[in-house]
Amino acid sequence: MASLITCPHCGTRPKEEFSIRGAAGPERPSPTARDEDWHRYVYVRDNPKGRYQEHWHHVAGCRRWLVVDRDNLSHEVFGVTDAAEFERARVAK
Amino acid sequence: MRYSAYSIFKQALSGNRLWQPAWREPQPKPHYDVIIVGGGGHGLSTAYYLAKEFGITNVAVLEKGYIGSGNVGRNTTIIRSNYLLEGNNPFYEFSLKLWEGLESDFNYNAMVSQRGMLNLFHSDGQRDEYARKGNGMRMHGVDSELLDREQVRKLAPYLNFDHARFPIMGALHQKRAGTVRHDAVAWGYARGADQRGVDIIQHCEVTGIRRENGVVVGVETTKGFIGCNKLALAAAGNTTTVGRMADLELPIETHVLQAFVSEGLKPVVDHVITYGAGHFYISQSDKGGLVFGAEIDFYSSYAQRGNLQTVEHTMEEGVSLIPGLSRAKVLRSWGGVMDMSMDGSPIIDRTSIDNLYLNCGWCYGGFKATPASGFCFAHLIAKNETHHVSRFMRLDRFERGYTIDEAGRGPQPNLH
Repeated sequence: MASLITCPHCGTRPKEEFSIRGAAGPERPSPTARDEDWHRYVYVRDNPKGRYQEHWHHVAGCRRWLVVDRDNLSHEVFGVTDAAEFERARVAK
Repeated sequence: MRYSAYSIFKQALSGNRLWQPAWREPQPKPHYDVIIVGGGGHGLSTAYYLAKEFGITNVAVLEKGYIGSGNVGRNTTIIRSNYLLEGNNPFYEFSLKLWEGLESDFNYNAMVSQRGMLNLFHSDGQRDEYARKGNGMRMHGVDSELLDREQVRKLAPYLNFDHARFPIMGALHQKRAGTVRHDAVAWGYARGADQRGVDIIQHCEVTGIRRENGVVVGVETTKGFIGCNKLALAAAGNTTTVGRMADLELPIETHVLQAFVSEGLKPVVDHVITYGAGHFYISQSDKGGLVFGAEIDFYSSYAQRGNLQTVEHTMEEGVSLIPGLSRAKVLRSWGGVMDMSMDGSPIIDRTSIDNLYLNCGWCYGGFKATPASGFCFAHLIAKNETHHVSRFMRLDRFERGYTIDEAGRGPQPNLH
């Protein structure tokens, strides 16, 4: 039910310790990118029904930014990674 | 059949055996002038005004569940027009005016109750903000008055005025705000639309949007293909899912909002009250149940049920505002999925596809907008031009830099 989140740094913690920013999917364009790309990054969301990745902040724990990979219909959590690691993996792709 | 005191009397004499169903259950025709996807409050009111105000009656409303099963039957039934911004206030005031005449207009008892709304404030800064909002409303010709602490105490003596952290300093009062029996809104619009020839087709899910030469020619549904000249989407909560069938890119994220009702109590809460120190709002239904809610669950969700943390948080806010609430038992709680738009305001607009119209992004303020949303959307569909009170609610406003950010929170859908 997404009530318990396993932080890679702190272990399994209650959801109350986290604050949620939103979609982790959109990739930040370069500062010189076209307006259309910035519009898409800032305002447009995939918003699928099912698997979704979000930035969660462990505010009452290690204060690291995390990416929670979750099903937004069943609330099943597939995995939690540190946001820095998530970004590095995305850049490496 | 027209409902009246006489009809109730006549039916009573015959033992109430001769009441007719309020709307038909037709099979879909092969083709309609307009198909509306979504038989919620907005879809039904759109169909009603299309038929009544704009004379377009060859219309179908397609609903995947049953009428009233979505957010129109899941909200906390509040109506109001206490908005600050130019893009919002005239629209919601238009809606409130439609609410005021709605029951005689569609001949259905929707129990519109203008019991007044109190937006409490708890600090000097918040008082100034509410005074500004109240002034903005008055400049738009909308009633509002700023009450001090003692005036609020007269209206609602049971509130926690001397809270150590959030004492109540006063309230912004809109007397014409209130509540409406939400199911009856869906039923009244459905009946009114049906009487004028609109086909309301329940348990008919749209599974695809068929396009030819860049325009929509019809929809694939669980009851087969249905053709149309114009297609109108009013599927809030599932806008992205339906929009994707037409390759729309939308500024929407779906979230769940929970609501609660207590056991029936004797009349105690006479107004709609909002807690300025949190996001808690409460009113009392005519059955006596206290109806209340607070924030969304903050993570994206398509599930019509929420998280226990939000339940707990809502109860804490409620008891902090009304200590006596701790003695009431919660009878039911439920969740509804809603379109959270990127600026907290809705979209009523055309799309990049010529005959595809879009009504979405109501966040959790869609119920009060039901009449105006339907009226403006019907206007747009019928005349192909935007109604003047909804002229700011455009799909391309994000790209153009004209967002309507009432809360001033930026492109963060879970904060609106």
